[in-house]
Amino acid sequence: MASTTGVNVPAPGKSVWDGGVSPMGVSYGKLMMWFFLLSDAFTFSALLITYGLVRSSHAAYTGEHADFVFSQEYWPIPERVFEAVPFFHGVAMPLVFVGIMTFVLIMSSVTMVLAVEAGHRMDRKAVEKWMLWTILGGLTFLSCQAWEWTHFIHGSGVGASLSHNEYGPPDFAAFFFFITGFHGFHVFSGVCLNFLIYYNTVTGVYDRRGHYEMVEKVGLYWHFVDLVWVFVFTFFYLV
Amino acid sequence: MEQAEDIQKVNVLPPDKDKIRRLWRVAGYLAAVTTLEFIIAFSMNHGPLKVSIFVGLTIVKAAFIVGEFMHLRYEVKVLFWSILIPMIFVVWMLVAFVYEGMAIADLRF
Repeated sequence: MASTTGVNVPAPGKSVWDGGVSPMGVSYGKLMMWFFLLSDAFTFSALLITYGLVRSSHAAYTGEHADFVFSQEYWPIPERVFEAVPFFHGVAMPLVFVGIMTFVLIMSSVTMVLAVEAGHRMDRKAVEKWMLWTILGGLTFLSCQAWEWTHFIHGSGVGASLSHNEYGPPDFAAFFFFITGFHGFHVFSGVCLNFLIYYNTVTGVYDRRGHYEMVEKVGLYWHFVDLVWVFVFTFFYLV
Repeated sequence: MEQAEDIQKVNVLPPDKDKIRRLWRVAGYLAAVTTLEFIIAFSMNHGPLKVSIFVGLTIVKAAFIVGEFMHLRYEVKVLFWSILIPMIFVVWMLVAFVYEGMAIADLRF
């Protein structure tokens, strides 16, 4: 178990920075995962902030909410774009589907942290169970996103591409594809990593290794994907 | 055979009930804040106040996810600040770029 957490207690008269201990109190792998996620946060910030720049440099819709129609003249109101739900064709349910997607991702984050907790206790059966739920949550989210993209691309005739769309200025759809696409690819990578962890758990790799720290490291990544979605949800769909 | 013997040596500890309860409570908070965001989305007129409330609630959710789920709240202070302080650059970039965007809008319209 000693290798799961870095040692943070220096010898008498020495500081944590004098060598021989981990000043950050975590293992090398976990620390590097943190710094990778920090750099990834910069990447997502760059995308979302560019969205803010381009959106604030376009005209905003100023009329009554009820009279809103799609136009190239101003940025669309997101809740009027994203109001479709599978099996409820033609019924306007603004933001309901994206709300479901948010819920799915938060729940898969919860099951992931439960897998980490089970890993601390060396409970292989529980890790397997919670990893499976996490993978299922990730796949559900990806399926929802595939449906949403299909609906967005087809729209009501003209639909959307990188150069032109029926909802508003061309940049609107371009940002939708880049931001949700980049996030979706992170989710996809996360599902692959989660499956790898699940496979290693089932085959007893971590039992033989003596600790389940890999579950924690991939867990950090998975929570980060959830964290990014929280920001995408606010800045792309709500604001 | 060798594998089976290895696995038998593994010492499984009982579930940490308090910790699991705390995790579910955090999940409840996240669900509650998201519900609140939905209520605000459909009951308030659009404006700077609404945007500020959304940004504020998003930061609350982010704090729960990073602090509790990612366990950063319980890590050594050096690690905590090594992750949080560089976020200043994001805030700087956000302010600079959105200000720039509004200046572009002024020139265009």
